Amino acid sequence: MRAKSPYPYWFFLPAAVIFVGLFLVPTVASFYFSLTYWDPFEARFAGWDNYVQFFSEPFLVRGTLNTLMFAFVTSLLKTVLGLLLAVLLTSGMFAQGFLRSVVFFPVLVSTIGVGILFQELMHPTQGAINVGLEAIGIDGPGWLTNPSLALFSVALVDVWRGVGLATLIYIAGLSTIAPDYYEAARIDGATRWQLFWRVTVPLVRPATTTVVILSLIGGLRLFDLVWAMTRGGPGFSSDVLASVIYKQYQAGFWGLSTAGNVILFLLIALIVAPLAWWLNRKELDA
Amino acid sequence: MTTRLISTTAMLLALGASGAAAQELTLLVDNSADTVAIAEALTAAYTEQNPDVSFSIEVRPGGSEGDNIVKTRLATGEMTDVFLYNSGSLLQALRPDRTLVPINDIANFDQILDSFTQTVSDDQQNVYGVPAQTAMGGGMLYHVPTYEELGLEVPTNWDDFMANNAAIAEQTDKAPIIQTYQDTWTSQLLVLADYYNVQAEEPGFADAYTANEAKYASTPAAMEGFGRLQEAYESGYFNEDFGAANYDDGLRMVANGEGVHYPMLTFAIPAIQQNYPDKLDDVGFFAQPGDSSDENGLTVWMPAAYYIARGGDNIDIAKDFLNFVATTEGCDIITEAVGATGPYLIDGCTLPDSVPTSVADMMPYFQREGGTAPALEYLSPIKGPALEQLTVEVGSGIRDAQSAAELYDADVSKQARQLGLPNW
Repeated sequence: MRAKSPYPYWFFLPAAVIFVGLFLVPTVASFYFSLTYWDPFEARFAGWDNYVQFFSEPFLVRGTLNTLMFAFVTSLLKTVLGLLLAVLLTSGMFAQGFLRSVVFFPVLVSTIGVGILFQELMHPTQGAINVGLEAIGIDGPGWLTNPSLALFSVALVDVWRGVGLATLIYIAGLSTIAPDYYEAARIDGATRWQLFWRVTVPLVRPATTTVVILSLIGGLRLFDLVWAMTRGGPGFSSDVLASVIYKQYQAGFWGLSTAGNVILFLLIALIVAPLAWWLNRKELDA
Repeated sequence: MTTRLISTTAMLLALGASGAAAQELTLLVDNSADTVAIAEALTAAYTEQNPDVSFSIEVRPGGSEGDNIVKTRLATGEMTDVFLYNSGSLLQALRPDRTLVPINDIANFDQILDSFTQTVSDDQQNVYGVPAQTAMGGGMLYHVPTYEELGLEVPTNWDDFMANNAAIAEQTDKAPIIQTYQDTWTSQLLVLADYYNVQAEEPGFADAYTANEAKYASTPAAMEGFGRLQEAYESGYFNEDFGAANYDDGLRMVANGEGVHYPMLTFAIPAIQQNYPDKLDDVGFFAQPGDSSDENGLTVWMPAAYYIARGGDNIDIAKDFLNFVATTEGCDIITEAVGATGPYLIDGCTLPDSVPTSVADMMPYFQREGGTAPALEYLSPIKGPALEQLTVEVGSGIRDAQSAAELYDADVSKQARQLGLPNW
């Protein structure tokens, strides 16, 4: 049985009005409008046509695979690098506080700004990266113009931008581990390697859960960085679900883009809900 | 008696007040430097003749972001009295018969050329817009000094064009063809500007295409544009940084002769005039050549127009303003504001004696009977949004012409269904 709330019902009213008006109604309305051809002037009922069209969209398969790959690669890198950086930055090294803020700084910068900056840096002939590579005799690739490299370049920038947040969460996680565990392990003769794998990694699992889920959701719904850096190009090679949906909206296919958003919503729910359940269960077992 | 006196006085006062009060007309234009300059010049001239009418000009972004602003403001009744928007297929998406005021009854209506009115009308012959600029051509901007230096002639068929490219590649280190895929829309020109050649071979293509009876992929004449783009890529004639260069880079390259041919619309001329004024006469223009020199002509784009939104308070003044734009005086004001950019679509308008080289190169096509044809987007309401990505793929060697044309045919079906066209 649930504990009775200490607040009277009217206390919930303002929040309920905001929730219903700004979240519940639009969510339900979007399910309806995804079944129509609509524009600001009228809505014609279309049945499942928009969904059929969306799934037969030739670029959608590519966009979905790109989205999954992007989310997987970036959350893996953010988790691994975030943990390593956090271990480094809690080791009591020189200028630790300053270095922590340096790692966190990219998180504070506007994503669009980061995107435009790296678009300049990654220019194939005049960008700082390739000019630098040329100086040491390496012929740099077209980071954003080579179709098989473009998405990967965007992913690297996303990791650079987002790893600071993962590090911060890990630093908080590491600080909750009582020093006694390390002491006990050391008395038992554990090596540094064993300390890391047997003590640190299992005990920061709550932080890992948070980092994985946040970066996975972030990766699945990523839009701004892709749009600022490549607009899904060249061609469709770095398109992700969100940019495919945005292009449908831009083209005036409002029903189709609404259907795409419903699909994105379901996809994120399908991936994240079981993952969250699984990660949290392990946490209880541990 | 007293009541009547009071009410009459009140009425007189009200009349007096409205007669003396200045009327303000609101105007929404896109934010490009030319359109703002034109709107400012036209409204200033109108206010000079009608001192009680003043204007307030709002600007909006261009491109699809601007499309959505215009659609939303029309749908919510928040549109300005007069606004600037594209003619052709984009206008049809605004549902002009429900949102705009027809202007067939303005005094100078017959001065607007039919070739323009048919791109801003609905199926009931209601016409909605007055052209806000000159007609434009789609083809090749080219670097004249390089042509003179190498002794090349302006090509009138595709083989001659490719032979010129070969000569340029051999004898200079300039890029024979400039492509700028950072701005993806620029990649469509070789396909879209080929439409004169398409309709020369398949006169009924536009209607059959709208009726879902003809496809790009299965019509050889229509496939040529995609094929030419593929051929140009495979010949290696593009500038080295074609994937990362943008529109402004393209204009710089053709003005300074870093590249020789830039497939583009002539609306680029004012930008060249502004950024490279001393190079303006180094840039010439010719239509995109087709298979045969016998059928060489220009694909024409129509300018944006001024429209009147329904439900405004100042419709009569707005009509009078549009009537003013549709005069030779209106044309001269535009020429003064942004220079001569092409032929006007108002009867009797003339260009000054000295015009930029590229404009002078374009005019003979218009003066020759059958020398021009409108681009497909003025003949058919369907244009697929993914064309610019597909042409980037063909132009970057990611996809071949045939496969791109097939995907484009699938893409346009979305537009046809959104518009609710029959037979789709």
